[in-house]
Formats: sequence, C-alpha cells, structure tokens
Amino acid sequence: MIAPVTIGLGIFYFYPVLKVILDSFYHVGAFNKRSWCGLENYQKMLKDPVMWQSLGNTCKYVLLIVPAMILIALVLASLLNSGIKGKSFFRVIYFIPAVTMGAAVAMVWSWMYNGNYGIINAILNLFGIPSQQFLSNPDLALPAISVVSIWSTAGYNMIILLAGIQGISRTYYEAAAIDGASRFRQFFHVTLPLVTPSLFFVLITSLISTFQMFDTIYMMISKSGLAMEATQSMVVYFYRNAFEYSKKGYASALAVFLFVIIMIMTVIQMKGQSKWVNYE
Amino acid sequence: MKRKQKIFNIVIYVVLIGGILVTVLPFVWMILTSFKTQNEATVIPPAIFPKIWQISNYGKVFEMLPFGKMYFNTIISAGVTVSGQVLLCSLAAYAFARIHFPGKNIIFTCLLAVLMVPSSFFILPQYQLIQKMGLLDTIPALFIPNLFSAFGTFLLRQFFMALPGELEDAARLDGCNHFQIYSRIMMPLVRSGLVALGILTLRFAWNDLMWPLIVNTSPKKMTLSAGLAFMQGQHITNYPVMMAGAVMAVLPLLILFTIFQKQFIEGVAMSGIKG
Repeated sequence: MIAPVTIGLGIFYFYPVLKVILDSFYHVGAFNKRSWCGLENYQKMLKDPVMWQSLGNTCKYVLLIVPAMILIALVLASLLNSGIKGKSFFRVIYFIPAVTMGAAVAMVWSWMYNGNYGIINAILNLFGIPSQQFLSNPDLALPAISVVSIWSTAGYNMIILLAGIQGISRTYYEAAAIDGASRFRQFFHVTLPLVTPSLFFVLITSLISTFQMFDTIYMMISKSGLAMEATQSMVVYFYRNAFEYSKKGYASALAVFLFVIIMIMTVIQMKGQSKWVNYE
Repeated sequence: MKRKQKIFNIVIYVVLIGGILVTVLPFVWMILTSFKTQNEATVIPPAIFPKIWQISNYGKVFEMLPFGKMYFNTIISAGVTVSGQVLLCSLAAYAFARIHFPGKNIIFTCLLAVLMVPSSFFILPQYQLIQKMGLLDTIPALFIPNLFSAFGTFLLRQFFMALPGELEDAARLDGCNHFQIYSRIMMPLVRSGLVALGILTLRFAWNDLMWPLIVNTSPKKMTLSAGLAFMQGQHITNYPVMMAGAVMAVLPLLILFTIFQKQFIEGVAMSGIKG
C-alpha cells in the first residue's frame, strides 16, 4: 500500500536531492554535458555579487513581508473573533486572494502599478504626488512587490490564526472578565499567549514560502529592466541560472546553499520556540 | 461603559471594512478594465466605468492564445493531481498509521525528511527526469511529480491515527482484509481529511507557475498560469485583453470557492491544527 508513494517519492524527490548535491560539483552545460569541477561552483558562488544581492533581496522580502503580514492577519483574526456580526462574510472575502492564481494577481497589480496609466498613480496624483515608476525604479520595486505578497497571503494566514483563537477555551476569558480585565488586556494576556502555537506554524510556513518567492517577482519585473537585479530573489536567480542561462551545475550549488539557509533558519526557530510558544 | 463599547465596535467595523476594500479593489479594477477599450484604459485621469462594456475583449484572448486548450490542460492536470494524490497518499497514510511492517519507521522518517526540503530544490532534477522520459511538452509532464506528496501522506496519517482501534478489530472479526478495512471502513471516516487535502492540492495545482513554465514551452501545452506569464512576456500592452485573460484564469477556482467556501476554509484551518 505504501509502494506507490514510496517509489514515487523516491524517484521524484529523494533521487533529486542526491542529484542536486552531486551536480553542484559539476559543470553542467548545454545538452547536459558534465565535467567534474570540485568546489568551483561554490567558490564562484561566494564571489558572485549577483548571488549576494539576491540573497540580500530575499532577506529584505522576509523582513518586509513576514512581520507585516502576520500582524495584519493577527489583528484581523482577533477582530473577527470579537463577537461581531457578519463574521463568515468577512472571512470569505479575506480568503479570496488565497484562491487566486499568483500569475493573475501579479498581472493585475502590475497594471495597477503601471507608471503611466496605473490607478495607484492616479490616486497619488489626486493628492498632488507625482507619478512613480513603481516596477522599474530599483528603490520602489522591492517594496511594491512586498505589498502584493502581503495582500495575497494575509487572508490565508488569518484563517489559520482564527482557528487557533477559536480553539482557546472560553473559561479563560470568563475568568479574565471576572477579574475585570478589559478587552485589550484579555487580548494580550489570554489570546496572545494561547494562540502562539498557531502563530508559530504561520511564522515557520511564511518564512519558508517567502524565502522561496518566485511568481510575483518573475511576473512583475521585466527581465532586462533596471529593477531586475534589485528585486531578484534567490529562487528567481536559481531559476534563471538553471533554465535561462543553462548553468545547471551552478544552479545546483545555489539550490544547496538556499536549502542550507532555510534549514538553519528553521532549526533556530524550532530551538527558539520553547521560549515563547505555549502548548496547553 | 456602554458608549465605550459602541465606539469600540464602530472602530472594529471600520478596520474590517477597510480590509475588505483593500482586498476587493484589485478584483474590481481587473474586471472593470477587462470591459474597457484600450483608449478608455489608458486615458488620464482613468475612466472608472467603460462607456460600452466590451465583451469582445474576452474573445480576443482566444485569438491571441490557445486559451481553450490551456483551460483543458489546467483542468486535466489539476484533476489528475488532486485525485491521484488523494488516492495514493491515503493508501500510504493508512498503512503508516494502522499496519505494522518492518522498516516502517525508517521509511516514515525519510518521508518526513522530504517535507523539510524546499520545493525549488527538487525542480531541476525533476525536469531532467521528465526530459529523459521524453515527456517534455506533454500533459502528463504537468502532473507526474505532483502525484506523490510527503505532506499529503503526513496530513492523512494524522487523521487515520485518530480513529479508534476497535473499528479494525471488529472488521477483522468479520473477515475484512487490510484493503477492505481501508476502503470500506476507514476512508468514509477520514472524509474531512481527504477533502482538506484535495482542496489544498487543488489550490496549488491550479495556481502553480514555476513547474508548468519549465516543462511545457509550446502555448498549446501550457496551463493557464503559464499562459498568463507567456502573454505578459510578449510585451502585449493591450491591458483590457490581458485583464480579460486574468479574469478567465481565476474564475473557475473562485466559483468553486464560493460553492465550497466552508470546506476551503476548514481545510486550511485544519492544515494549521494538524500540521
């Protein structure tokens, strides 16, 4: 019964892991011509300014997106849980971006960010702010993409946090209310500590997925544009090396490096969780 | 006290409705643009509503791209991915949760290890495998690696583990073998888990971009997602037609979501609790 999955995972997931590690020690050129090159890919990678920039960009995305997104998701989730009317309506609407194709989201936002005819610039103009080239200005493009990413993931994570908040036993709130705690204090002393397991799950998954951002960047930034290097994430740079520049060996080294970074980050999170995550 | 409560509620509604506006506006703008003429879309300041609703923009998408084929490819690929993954993962998950066999722990640990690896790590060798199998630029290329999922197996195992052991004992006394226990007794009981996995997989399979982009390069074999990227890459500046394409690409999943919203939202919430 486990044979199909085990064999499938073996061929399409296990073997690839070994293969990527092996390939990272080879030059793999066009038509898959291979020649052993030892650590050369790694040496080249550590000296590659574009790699360091895309790693830096990736870190910027993580720092811009993850805290803001989690904060928004948490605020929305706790507001929805405060006994208001129309909760399920709000929940459904907020979830819509989560079922919308990333490529389409990127297309619509590119159009809204458009430097000449975009609605966002039209709104800025109303307030006397001149039009901005959001997606070709290297300083603005990365924050602009981050906004799109926050927009498309906040609702999804809000659902997870809301489920966590709803799982908190009512008795805690009753006890707090008897002690005269205001709604703000209830939030900080009951809701927040007890929702930490969900918060931890959201943190880990969104860190990992933000580290692997691809769709939005690939779709929104033109390949030859000024903003390309200023917005390229590690995964986009990996993709370009593997499938556009046809440097599969180098791309493999990049993949290994990315994996190591994600691994270290996850281990740190796992170790750190005992300090702030409360399991009942 | 009562007044304070009232003000508090008003603030909550203002924030929540503000959130709704931010969420919905891009969709409204996408739909409005898709019905405009190119001139209306590029006039400054922008015209909010089209004078005459240009339904023909939607037809133009089909002239520009083999959009019907792309629909077909996406439906087949997503359909096979979802049904294949649910079937294969549930089989394995049942065995991992309920049957003792040698080497089980080692295999399961390996499976957990796959869960830790970022998806972009697999993609290059997966591409080379598909290439070696001679499947590049075919429909099966779109779904083959996605039929197998460590995450799905892990998720469903949690559901099978939660069922009481007496069920099996009773079934075995009645002469059921493992396969019958799985298909007749266990499967109906883990339905919510199967639905959750199906929905998470559908969301992924319908929307995924990188993999379809890599394996299938001729427009006739592309998914909708890759088709949109292809359209964007052509430097087409006919914004209304592009928006019409985007609307059509997202519509099927949005319709499914409006019908099965409860299952979608529960599925996601469950992945947070069980995961």
